[in-house]
Amino acid sequence: MTDLAVSMPRAGRGKSLWWSSFIGLILRDVRVLRRDFIPFVIRTGMNPLLFVFVFTYVFPKIGQGFSSANGTSFGTVLLPGLISVSIMFQGIAAVAMPLSVEFSATGEIYDRVMSPLPVAGVAIEKVVFSALQSVLAAVIVFPMVVLIPSTPVHFAIHDWPLLVSVVILASLASGAMGLVIGTAIQPQQIGLIFGVVVVPVTFLGCVYYPWFLLHHVRWLQYLVLINPIVYMSEGLRAALTPDVPHMPVWAVLGALTLSTALLGWWGVRGFLKRVVS
Amino acid sequence: MGELTTSAIQIHDLVKVFQGRQEVRAVDSIDLDVQDGEIFGLLGPNGAGKTTTIGACTTRIRPTKGQITINGVDVLQDPAHARQFIGVVPQQNTLDRSCNAFENVYYHCRFFGMASGEATQRATQLLTEFKLNERAQAMPYALSGGMAQRLQIARAIAHRPRVLFLDEPTAGLDPQSRLAVWELVRGLRRQGITVLMTTHYMEEADQLCDRVAIIDHGKILVNGTPAELKQRVGGQTMMEIHVANVSPELSERLGNVAGISSVESMPNGFRLWTTGRDGLLPKVLEAMHGCDLRDVSVKEPTLETVFIRLTGRELRD
Ligand SMILES: Nc1ncnc2c1ncn2[C@@H]1O[C@H](COP(=O)(O)OP(=O)(O)OP(=O)(O)O)[C@@H](O)[C@H]1O
Ligand SMILES: [Mg+2]
Repeated sequence: MTDLAVSMPRAGRGKSLWWSSFIGLILRDVRVLRRDFIPFVIRTGMNPLLFVFVFTYVFPKIGQGFSSANGTSFGTVLLPGLISVSIMFQGIAAVAMPLSVEFSATGEIYDRVMSPLPVAGVAIEKVVFSALQSVLAAVIVFPMVVLIPSTPVHFAIHDWPLLVSVVILASLASGAMGLVIGTAIQPQQIGLIFGVVVVPVTFLGCVYYPWFLLHHVRWLQYLVLINPIVYMSEGLRAALTPDVPHMPVWAVLGALTLSTALLGWWGVRGFLKRVVS
Repeated sequence: MGELTTSAIQIHDLVKVFQGRQEVRAVDSIDLDVQDGEIFGLLGPNGAGKTTTIGACTTRIRPTKGQITINGVDVLQDPAHARQFIGVVPQQNTLDRSCNAFENVYYHCRFFGMASGEATQRATQLLTEFKLNERAQAMPYALSGGMAQRLQIARAIAHRPRVLFLDEPTAGLDPQSRLAVWELVRGLRRQGITVLMTTHYMEEADQLCDRVAIIDHGKILVNGTPAELKQRVGGQTMMEIHVANVSPELSERLGNVAGISSVESMPNGFRLWTTGRDGLLPKVLEAMHGCDLRDVSVKEPTLETVFIRLTGRELRD
């Protein structure tokens, strides 16, 4: 055994190390994602692919197609909606599911928790990486929902900064939501997440209908406002299909920022509770 | 760090109470000084508070009370900084299941700020030294218990910590792998790494550790070199006699046998402590005349007899 002399870690001490440590955590996640890239694409693409295929390709052909009162095709309504579901779902798949296993079943998280940065940094890294994965998911889903429908899909990106802000905020909010869920559940409860979280937030998330049209069911229109997915869908509607009635941009950006902050705070708190007793 | 510290680990008045349905006083005022470069063992039975003590030292558990410094850094004040000097191998296998053996070490290095080239070099070197280079691409589930444990140790020291914590490093390993781990740990000491390890194998504490603290119910009972501890029981040999009926008269009769320094009653017999056992057995048997003798065993002074002497219990129940 040579060259093993005890010495200080090279990259410096204290706070300058926090950043390199954070990058190290990201790189590890990138590596794992690259190894699982095909499953990632399948997991991300299957739901929107079949959804647009059945409802916007097959349905119109067999005479079951539906469109809104104002003549908007269903494909146009779905475009932002399905992208927001894909963004949201990454929070569950990239943070909640792996974390719940790494905490209790295997304890894998502890090697990362022993990194020389504050423990909250490990939690924040999970959210940030999940957000990157969400953006990637949005990019994968976009062409599907544009190209597959047999009826015309009208989209127009006039406001790039808006699109970018909505996608980034929606991605961070989803990661934060995943952190909250992942720190709160046991691995054996993962199945429950789909029934209790994914299905309700999707169906009541203005994914398949614009929020504006819910004025026919007033109480529901107010009730869904507690669901962060509503703002993701409506924000993407504002950015991608501005002709479809949508929520005001300030409301969307405000609510997404607030969701990210609240869920992030709650999730980091849960994370600290789980790893430091 | 201006002044020279000789203690790698200093623990002062450490208390940990787990709140919950049932309050557990897992660590009950522990004081400990581990010197630079020594292998220090915490020996104790299940639930003694070993893992909790290590958890507190490694920033995983927030003490109810007390102070801990590692390499001069206050662990409670500045945990992120303290972690730079700490390597840990926890009681359970925490290898990253999504990464292969090489990547487990490589990314650990990255977490500690090494650049890519340096991390690659370090990981390659460690896998070679720990005889894992042929399994570099293997995923953790495909490693044997001994290999997984070597990999955990390699990963724990990859960032060149000053202090390494090993929680039951050989639990569940076959004798050969256990010896391999001992050899590794001795190698680490030669490189100047301070090791704090827990174990409930007394041979391990005896043969591997420079100093040992015996811990039970969250308290340190004694602390010293294995030789000193064995001296603590006066270098006494322990003789256990199992009989059908335990009676006070019998106890008295045994106590009167020349050469026996003390007698402890057990539900099923007696423990006799003695300094020299030459010619003692016939005398003991003579004193036992007329009793229904079931079993006799003699134990030379070991850390186990020290533990029994201190607690009246066996180390492993
Ligand atoms: N997170 C926790 N919450 C509540 N009680 C705990 C917790 N962790 C440990 N304990 C309790 O604290 C006591 C000491 O546990 P600890 O794990 O430190 O023992 P140990 O010496 O490592 O034992 P073993 O040899 O079994 O690993 C035990 O009674 C245990 O039940
Ligand atoms: Mg333990």
